[in-house]
Amino acid sequence: MPPVVRLTHVEKTYKAEAIEVAALRGIDLEISPNRFSMLIGASGSGKTTLLNLIGCIDTPTRGTVEVAGQQIGTLSDDALAEFRARNIGFIFQNFSLVPVLSAYENVEYPLLLVGMPAAERRDRTLAMLEAVGLAKQAKQRPNELSGGQRQRVAIARALVKGPQIVLADEPTANLDSATGAAIIDLMRRVQAESNTTFIFATHDPHLMSHADQIVTIRDGMLIDPTPGAAA
Amino acid sequence: MSTILKVAFRNILRNRRRSFMTGSAVAAGVTAMLLFGGFANYIFTSLETRSVQQTGHLTVFRSGYFLFGAGNAAAYGIDGYRSLVEAIRLDRELGPMINVVTPTQSLLGIAGNFADGNDASKTFLGIGVIASDRDRMRQWDEFKTGLITPPDPRFSDKEESHGLVGLGLARILLLCRPLALNCPAPPEQVARKSAGPVNADIADLAGREAGGVAAKADGLPQIDLLAATAGGAPNVVNLTVAGADPQGVKELDDNYVEMPLGLAQQLVYGRAEHKVTGIVLQLNRSEDMPAARARLAQLFKERGADLEVRDFSELNPFYGQVRGMFSAIFLFISLVMGMIVLFAVVNTMTMNVMERTSEIGTIRAMGVKRGGIRWQFIAEGALIGAIGASAGTVFAILVAALVNHGGLSWVPPGNANPVPLSVYVANRPGLILRAWTILVAVSVVAALLPANRAARLSVVDALRHV
Ligand SMILES: Nc1ncnc2c1ncn2[C@@H]1O[C@H](COP(=O)(O)OP(=O)(O)OP(=O)(O)O)[C@@H](O)[C@H]1O
Ligand SMILES: [Mg+2]
Repeated sequence: MPPVVRLTHVEKTYKAEAIEVAALRGIDLEISPNRFSMLIGASGSGKTTLLNLIGCIDTPTRGTVEVAGQQIGTLSDDALAEFRARNIGFIFQNFSLVPVLSAYENVEYPLLLVGMPAAERRDRTLAMLEAVGLAKQAKQRPNELSGGQRQRVAIARALVKGPQIVLADEPTANLDSATGAAIIDLMRRVQAESNTTFIFATHDPHLMSHADQIVTIRDGMLIDPTPGAAA
Repeated sequence: MSTILKVAFRNILRNRRRSFMTGSAVAAGVTAMLLFGGFANYIFTSLETRSVQQTGHLTVFRSGYFLFGAGNAAAYGIDGYRSLVEAIRLDRELGPMINVVTPTQSLLGIAGNFADGNDASKTFLGIGVIASDRDRMRQWDEFKTGLITPPDPRFSDKEESHGLVGLGLARILLLCRPLALNCPAPPEQVARKSAGPVNADIADLAGREAGGVAAKADGLPQIDLLAATAGGAPNVVNLTVAGADPQGVKELDDNYVEMPLGLAQQLVYGRAEHKVTGIVLQLNRSEDMPAARARLAQLFKERGADLEVRDFSELNPFYGQVRGMFSAIFLFISLVMGMIVLFAVVNTMTMNVMERTSEIGTIRAMGVKRGGIRWQFIAEGALIGAIGASAGTVFAILVAALVNHGGLSWVPPGNANPVPLSVYVANRPGLILRAWTILVAVSVVAALLPANRAARLSVVDALRHV
């Protein structure tokens, strides 16, 4: 199967007050579909920067990024948004739910963006809430949910539209270890069930055992770029 | 679309205090605009009612009279006016529109009081009317203002030589005592010195033409009115002053004489054919004015009459001036309120965008386009504006109802007597729509700036914002 993500000679430089910070310095990376991949690196190594490029919310300074067979450098801002709406799900460290929407409405939101008919939208949303064990909390707002519950809503929201890729940037960093472990288990399970490519960024090497594929990054460069190292 | 409104509405509720302050600014703006606009509307309506009661909707003149005739009214008499009045009254088109059609005669002359050893004279501005028509015109109240004057018993069709004068003219002619008016006496020496040869001439003329002047049995004073007839000869008639009323404007107050049409005609035309200077038409409804005007023009053409028509706003320039002034003040108030709303909404929406930067990043990452973000915040501004404007409308209607039932009164400029104070809001849907739309539009414009800033944010920068 062709890789779902392919980065070629990717560099990313930030300009902060006349000082140039090279966040990524020549990344070549391929990620196989339907895998649970883990992106491991210390704080400041460039994990978020890399995920942003894969998630099509940022563009590389040099090199090319291809996601789900699409060269993303050629797309307009609206086309990119459209592409994200169909193909990419995000899970963030700080949950990032829309505060004024209930758990149900947060999960439903991505389906509205792809214009899914109401009946199907409802079924999918309820099924997804069920899958993350929050059917009972459907009407609650984020501030009425615990951290673990919020992150489960976020997982449901990322997966509900059946995207090709789900990107999770340190999704357990704001949770205690038991809850974090439960979240990782949940993600593994839904990943396996939904045949989605999961890319999980963390600075915690202890989580390596969960991964199908491990990518290690240090100072903006990959240490072991061999794809599919573990299986 | 419904998600945008739902999110907008819930965010407004979420920032309750801030939204309330901003909404209040919009509400206050709408209230101010509606109350002032409602007051102005009332002023326009009552002014129109007063004007129409006094001068009718349309007046027919001999061509040229309106611009040139005031100096020589006698030369601009309408020939055969009786048949014209009849023709207008019986016209199939005009007839149903008309409430009153009545002839009037304007004139200029000198009024003198030489009875009981008095020796005072003054130029005057006279109008001859048919008292019963005048009384009926004063009942006109198409817009239900309640500004109706009852028939004036002092001066009816029966008395052929009774008339009314301005309070100022009564004072000048030393009629205060005989009319039992409460006005000051003139300074002694001036009053005594003022007797001059002109007065003597007038007195002479009056004595010769009208016989001796003495107070009548009913105790009302009499004055002499002197004018030049159409033929140029001096002529005098005798007027019984049945009362004096303040006229609001001093110029008019010092000059005004209202008398029976027949008396005015006798003074102006003497033994020659009696004509009139104007034929006044009071319509049932003001909106018929253009139609009536058009039909009159047609009628004149058919009769080959050289006549012109003027409406009440031309006869009372004051009406247009007041309208203009109130409209300017309304515009000014709207501008001030618009500015306040603009700043309040810009401020609030800027704060909302700042607070929700990371939320913007999140939903952008999920696939919301820039346009979607822009609409989200525009919708929020519009919604705050709409809620505030609606609340302001309700509030203004309540306040207006309170004022209208509060029994307040005031003296409008140019008026002599107090009239009830009203504010027309609930019955002016056009005004409500205008004020509401203006301030909601300002809210939308104000939201545009922060909304654009939100839409332009880079997704990555927005996400990093905590
Ligand atoms: N907008 C920016 N402007 C300037 N420098 C930036 C910017 N974003 C990231 N960097 C720099 O790029 C490098 C990589 O940052 P990145 O956020 O990708 O690291 P990370 O691996 O995600 O770290 P963490 O584990 O702390 O989240 C860091 O040195 C960071 O300071
Ligand atoms: Mg990071």
